[in-house]
Amino acid sequence: MREVFFYFFAALAVLSGLLVITRRNPLTAALYLVLAFFALAGVYVLMDAFFLAAVQVAVYAGAIMVLFLFVIMLLNLGPDDLPPIMTRRVRWLYAAASAALVLLFLGLDLGRRLPAPTPGAAGEVGAIAARLFGDYLLPFEITAVLLLVAIVGSVALAHRE
Amino acid sequence: MINLDHALIVSFLLFGTGIAGVLLRRNAIVVFMSIELMLNAVNLALVTFSRLRGDLDAQVLCFFVMAVAAAEAAIGLGLVIALFRRHASIDLDRATLLRS
Repeated sequence: MREVFFYFFAALAVLSGLLVITRRNPLTAALYLVLAFFALAGVYVLMDAFFLAAVQVAVYAGAIMVLFLFVIMLLNLGPDDLPPIMTRRVRWLYAAASAALVLLFLGLDLGRRLPAPTPGAAGEVGAIAARLFGDYLLPFEITAVLLLVAIVGSVALAHRE
Repeated sequence: MINLDHALIVSFLLFGTGIAGVLLRRNAIVVFMSIELMLNAVNLALVTFSRLRGDLDAQVLCFFVMAVAAAEAAIGLGLVIALFRRHASIDLDRATLLRS
């Protein structure tokens, strides 16, 4: 059952990723990107990384995508022309190449399966928090500084002269 | 159970899609979305390796990747707005200020 859902969410992520880069309207592309993020969150849940799935939905599908949609609507962007390389023939070539890649790699099976979740190593919030505020405390604090720099930088960039 | 090799293949395909988007599209916003797609592919690979190895360090790294992605999105969209102010367009082919 878990496998079925895994392949469903994985295919959904790859397909919506392809739709992101082939849609002419940036708004449509952004909404397909949201779909890809949710599909990846589903994959994380199936791989027992529950904390990351929650952060994926909150940070990517929530904060970052709202930022993207806000800028698209602020700039009032319409559909743009696809580059000539994305003509129908090249699109079919791309589809054929990816199908060949998928077949090639599906044949490649090294037999590494998802292990049964062991307590303290499967992605619970507590176990990750222990790492984050233990071994990785300094990088965590530096991340806070990085976010502050990003805020100051984006305000300085977007500030009208 | 889930085949972790297949998860790595999914990560590979997503990363390739992101690269194709960055190389082929000229719309700055779509290029940023492709970069986010590539970062997500890396996150998926990190989670897969975390489950393969059975420790959580890769998932903590994944958390940091998300924080950096948030910072990058804020800066990048600020750049897009600045670009739009200058050229009234976000076509990356028109951003030639540094070309001598």
